[in-house]
Amino acid sequence: MFRNQYDTDVTTWSPAGRLFQVEYAMEAVKQGSAAIGLRSKTHVVLACVNKSNSELSSHQKKIFKVDDHIGVAIAGLTADGRVLSRYMRSECINYGYTYESPLPVGRLVVQLADKAQVCTQRSWKRPYGVGLLVAGLDESGAHLYYNCPSGNYFEYQAFAIGSRSQAAKTYLERKFEKFTESSRDDLIKDALFAIRETLQGEKLTSSVCTVAVVGVGEAFSILDQATVQGLINEFEVSGEEGGAAAAVAGGGGGAAEEGGAAVEQEAAPMDI
Amino acid sequence: MPKEHANWSPYDNNGGTCVAIAGADYCVIAADTRMSTGYSILTREYSKICKLADKSFMASSGFQADVKALQKVLSSRHLIYQHQHNKQMSCPAMAQLLSNTLYYKRFFPYYAFNVLGGLDSEGKGCVFTYDAVGSYERVGYSAQGSGATLITPFLDNQLKSPSPLLLPAKDAVTPLSEAEAIDLVKTCFSSATERDIYTGDSVEIIILNAKGVRHESEPLRKD
Repeated sequence: MFRNQYDTDVTTWSPAGRLFQVEYAMEAVKQGSAAIGLRSKTHVVLACVNKSNSELSSHQKKIFKVDDHIGVAIAGLTADGRVLSRYMRSECINYGYTYESPLPVGRLVVQLADKAQVCTQRSWKRPYGVGLLVAGLDESGAHLYYNCPSGNYFEYQAFAIGSRSQAAKTYLERKFEKFTESSRDDLIKDALFAIRETLQGEKLTSSVCTVAVVGVGEAFSILDQATVQGLINEFEVSGEEGGAAAAVAGGGGGAAEEGGAAVEQEAAPMDI
Repeated sequence: MPKEHANWSPYDNNGGTCVAIAGADYCVIAADTRMSTGYSILTREYSKICKLADKSFMASSGFQADVKALQKVLSSRHLIYQHQHNKQMSCPAMAQLLSNTLYYKRFFPYYAFNVLGGLDSEGKGCVFTYDAVGSYERVGYSAQGSGATLITPFLDNQLKSPSPLLLPAKDAVTPLSEAEAIDLVKTCFSSATERDIYTGDSVEIIILNAKGVRHESEPLRKD
């Protein structure tokens, strides 16, 4: 990105009406390893790529259980993500204590967004450098939200964030129309296909990805490695090419990066 | 000048009795289901037992509003523990948490007389007994509440080791079988119901063992 005289602190506007510190925080999200989410009418699946610093270290935890009916996947500064997950858990527990019922997901994401907004309007703070995919179930059904560092949030049928997420997004854009009626297992398979897209040729195994599910009658849980590997083996054996346009997606992903930079000149990313 | 007395008390006693017995590989937690105030009965079907964790059940008599608040606080704290440690709290850990929570309100106590029962990390039965401000002790059996004074001497007779001075030290947990312990509990409650006006209606029994949790209910005299 570009360095200029209006990006020193978050409380300085640029002449074009942008807050560069917030945009830089969104960059941090794009640098993190990929996380994707997709939902049907009854289930929401979160999946993420686990990259460890070296072969000797364990990988970062990127998916957190927030409550029985809510889970979150993060991309970006994982420490910020951990702190926000703790906040979300605390909010769910307090709501449950007061109202003896689960916190509606829509309420939680608004609280999260407001918390992020505060950091964009205080000179002694910095924006959270993490994007959150919040998956949850409430009375109005299954939901998937994306919370940005800017304080904006959107609801999605399916979404991907982090590095090389464009490849996953392209796959999801092709398939999303059938997600609403998908079964739980098909949804998980699609999540794994989307993750495979972001790996750009690297072999998909359960040691590089984490998958979590929440659904009607199913509390949020992270699937164990053996189960995930089993699912991967199933579709690799059957030779399913969920990402049939893998080569096209790779080329399309490259073009999209440059297209994205050109777009920034016209409209600030957070307005989209 | 003689001290003025309050014309209102923040506390009420809803009566009832709670008992727990620890076995070699099981634990029995029981409480009657009568809730009263003064000489009146509020309901005949109120549960005084709360599941705090997979292997920890708490039975509390006293002021049920305080008991309910205490149960909620402990449940929330357990949720936090599970998020942080990715596992359930052990019964001895829950016992310490309960003690700390009670002492936290040392100067405006929870009017709750608790008995915590469960399985420890070795699978042996454990029972912890408390006063209202958190003083606690691990024991082989305990009774709390309005019928405690009637039940405890009977349990001492049936379960207590001959003398703490005898060597080798006899284990606190009873050698009785699960079925014998359940029967003993039912006998305790039938007897207490006879003479304690605040105990009766029915007794709710929870049995915890390696296989899981079981519920039993036995009717008691309604007078």
